[in-house]
Amino acid sequence: MYATNYHRAGSVDEAAGLLAGNDEAKVLAGGQTLIPTMKQRLAAPTDVVDISRIEALRGIEKSGDAYVIKAGTRHADVAGDAGLKADIPGLAALAGKIGDPHVRHRGTIGGSIANNDPAADYPAGMLALGATIVTNKREIAADEFFAGLFETALEEDEIVTAVRVPVPAKSAYSKFPNPASRYAMAGVFVAKFADGSVRVAATGAGADGVFRIPEMESALASNWSPEAVAGIAVDASGLLGDIHGSAEYRANLVTVMAKRAVAAA
Amino acid sequence: MATVSMTVNGKTVTGEIEGRTLLSHFLREGLGLTGTHIGCDTSQCGACVVHVDGKAVKSCTMLAAQADGCTVTTIEGLARGDQLHPVQAAFREHHGLQCGFCTPGMIMAAVDMIERHGGKLDEATIRHELEGNICRCTGYHNIVKAIKAAADEMSGSVATAAE
Repeated sequence: MYATNYHRAGSVDEAAGLLAGNDEAKVLAGGQTLIPTMKQRLAAPTDVVDISRIEALRGIEKSGDAYVIKAGTRHADVAGDAGLKADIPGLAALAGKIGDPHVRHRGTIGGSIANNDPAADYPAGMLALGATIVTNKREIAADEFFAGLFETALEEDEIVTAVRVPVPAKSAYSKFPNPASRYAMAGVFVAKFADGSVRVAATGAGADGVFRIPEMESALASNWSPEAVAGIAVDASGLLGDIHGSAEYRANLVTVMAKRAVAAA
Repeated sequence: MATVSMTVNGKTVTGEIEGRTLLSHFLREGLGLTGTHIGCDTSQCGACVVHVDGKAVKSCTMLAAQADGCTVTTIEGLARGDQLHPVQAAFREHHGLQCGFCTPGMIMAAVDMIERHGGKLDEATIRHELEGNICRCTGYHNIVKAIKAAADEMSGSVATAAE
């Protein structure tokens, strides 16, 4: 790892101040992606601004018919939250499948979505649940937030402070993890809402990161069953192909994961 | 350089670190606690697992500066004198190791796992919970047996103490 200057921010405002005007600074939340990347010298920020000790960024609370999950909430805490397990079981289960227990003790929901790794799990959950991403500057719909590989709508000194997740009628996530890294080869989150609408999002497979699958959404809105999506295949031309699996292989996985998710919901 | 202070295995320690110093590096090089192993450079193997504020984390994926003010337990902090921790004793009894390199991380992960599940552990849960710890010798079978035995013993002792 190259040398870096460590700063511990006591508040979101202090963190934003440390980031402002410094293109080479990075926010450090749980560090489960940033630190490995720095160890590999794939990232070399001159400064890291640690927001993981900011108490105001921790916690999960129900607010009306939605949950507000603060950005610094660890994966293990989302996975184990009794309210989420009852009301948004797909999201709690998703958090419990990220990485391994040690990663889940450090990694945060805000860090995961701000990084927008194309194989990360949370982006699929946020997109399928129609979550709102809350930052220190504004609120951004998940549909507008995820903007491509490791790209988001966030500005340089903008920090995710929370996500607001509507409670669906049904939700589930099914993922085919890479056996070594546990990142998703394909992961599909399905959500059905009280008004009958359905949202489906896939991670791990898209060449531009997480994406929705409108054909599956309309099929499931009229027939909520695994059979409704069994015959729907996403176009392999927009998918990732690498040593772990071709684009065609991932296209098939997306359909299989979608079927499993609907069956589990 | 900055000064950090933390409690490691019950003792308050301070040390000079760089911003980039990893907790694993500080424990090994700064404090001489070489029981915490470094088996990879990619945050995957789990040989470096320690407990920070009571939770298992990969000490190679946390800056020492982030642990400032925290309570850290390493493999050296488990035994009480000559008396092994029940998980350590179970690994010896069930031959849960061959070369032993992954063992410190395995045992720290196992203690965390048993505490979180209150001693109620079946084989499938143990195998799932071990996803963050890689062993290249044993095929995991005796590691799983050791953790199951330790969990049974520890939950039994908890029940006895409560009676």
